[in-house]
Amino acid sequence: MQYLWAFLVGGALCVIGQILIDLTNMTPARILVTFVVAGVVLSALGWYDPLAEFAGAGATVPLLGFGHLLAQGVLDAVEQSGLIGALTGGFSAAAAGVTVSLTCGFLAAVFTRGKDPS
Amino acid sequence: MKLTKTQYEEMTQKASPPSHLFKDCLWAFFVGGAICLLGEVLRQCYLAMGFTLTDAGTLTSSSLVALSAIATAFGWYHKLAAKAGAGTLVPITGFANAVVSPAIEFKTEGLVTGVGAKMFIIAGPVIVYGMLASVVWGVLWYLLRPLFG
Repeated sequence: MQYLWAFLVGGALCVIGQILIDLTNMTPARILVTFVVAGVVLSALGWYDPLAEFAGAGATVPLLGFGHLLAQGVLDAVEQSGLIGALTGGFSAAAAGVTVSLTCGFLAAVFTRGKDPS
Repeated sequence: MKLTKTQYEEMTQKASPPSHLFKDCLWAFFVGGAICLLGEVLRQCYLAMGFTLTDAGTLTSSSLVALSAIATAFGWYHKLAAKAGAGTLVPITGFANAVVSPAIEFKTEGLVTGVGAKMFIIAGPVIVYGMLASVVWGVLWYLLRPLFG
């Protein structure tokens, strides 16, 4: 059941992105920025956490989940260290995802020929 | 022949091919859903291995990013993305693809101004506005927290 919800919710969130692409001609960069910021807002309003509990990776794998991660990181950091937490929480929460992406990017560039894959 | 703006828009709408919205959405739904399903399978595996909920989430994201980097390096991700659209863009694998793809493409421009800089073409704005939003929320929460006790 958990797997079915992950599939359905994850798919539905991607459909929202597809509708934005088809109807507004937004570029991929704009879509990603919109999703991350929307994730922070939804998480701040307290709406995203129930979805993440319910759909698991269906809610955390789409980029909205990245925004949710940032918002939760900041929340915990503010609880722990006050106003300084507002500055450190986001990057602390995002650290693993960003670092793995950058490391993989570097390795992929080093170990492939510079042919255009995009 | 003189046209008003609305007349012109009507004519272009008639001339352009019919919308592929439904087909695009179907592809996005199934591919995006499948990537999230893979994420859930990985997450349950990590949980079964005894990792905490937070660590399992981190490992899931990291695994998907690594898989996406491999698929991007072999050119598979691009082929899938041509069909799946937002289905491959919206999951975190799309973010990884947006980092890895320019890193490979701009290798010829050198490791610093090519690979190092171009990785951030799309990831940069995502990180900038994500962090901005998180700082705003952090300050807001700091101010609001006393009200919620």
